[in-house]
Amino acid sequence: MEGFLPLYWCVFWFALSLPVVAYGAYKMNQMMKANHDILPLLAVSGAFIFVLSSLKMPSVTGSCSHPTGTGMGSILFGPWITSVLSIIVLIFQALFLAHGGLTTLGANTFSMGIAGPIVGYLVYKGSMKSGINMYIAVFLAALLADWATYIVTSLQLALAFPAASGGVVASFQAFLAVFAITQVPLAIVEGAVTILMFKYIIPLRSDVLLKLNVASSSIINKLKEASV
Amino acid sequence: MKMELIVAAILVVFIGAFAYVSSTGNHAWSGSDDQAGNVIDKLTGGTYHPWFHSVWVPPSPEIESLLFALQASIGSIIIGYFLGYYRAMAKMNAAATSEEQDGELNARPAR
Repeated sequence: MEGFLPLYWCVFWFALSLPVVAYGAYKMNQMMKANHDILPLLAVSGAFIFVLSSLKMPSVTGSCSHPTGTGMGSILFGPWITSVLSIIVLIFQALFLAHGGLTTLGANTFSMGIAGPIVGYLVYKGSMKSGINMYIAVFLAALLADWATYIVTSLQLALAFPAASGGVVASFQAFLAVFAITQVPLAIVEGAVTILMFKYIIPLRSDVLLKLNVASSSIINKLKEASV
Repeated sequence: MKMELIVAAILVVFIGAFAYVSSTGNHAWSGSDDQAGNVIDKLTGGTYHPWFHSVWVPPSPEIESLLFALQASIGSIIIGYFLGYYRAMAKMNAAATSEEQDGELNARPAR
């Protein structure tokens, strides 16, 4: 979508995203200094975004889109740090794949790296508080982080291109028709795959999950016993 | 294993949905990005033209798929490396603690 947003919207989204990414980078640095053993999980979370966002998958609408992979990072490290992981992937795709774009980098970072992860993070924390099974919380968080990303993308496009009749609302609907339904099956698959990642990480690095405050020790112990 | 089966089932449904949609109509399977571009055209009556173009475009679909495959494989290597590393570490730790316990058990009668 290079060049597809008018200049002032490009600037607007950059102005909103860059401070978040900057603070995220600062937070990431602090976290890594405080404990080195989070580094591998950080790398895995980034790699997960790398893999999932490269997979253009066909959907029930007869068109293709790709998952975001940001749910895992948001659950483990929160939206601040996930925005940094996302912008790295987005820059890679803009430079080497003509996908996304440099002018739209701010807008894409906002939808994929900030809005989606905030939704994922809140859904995860809320679900865990409600006492739901942790895997279901992970599933919902990853699914909704993915889906929210494309809803925000639709909104960003609608704001930039309000319809002549009906304004922003009408064009929001037009863009949702492209993105929202296409994304549903992909978001479900993303949720499912993210569960698997957690299934493998929980028995191996429960200590880091505890340190990152992802779940209480009683929940983790229960899941560990169940997986044996 | 249970979790893997559930995920596999979801993937089968996903593939089934693709097969069904694919067999019941003519679809371009184009990217939703391109479709959004069409919506912009419709909304603006084709008056909006992208004002900036990608700094570099993969010269052919083959090269593009190469780069996408590279992206996926780099990510997969990192994930596989650390999960494998953690797994082996956990195994070694378990073996070390059970050896220690064995040692204590053997030592007990002699005490």
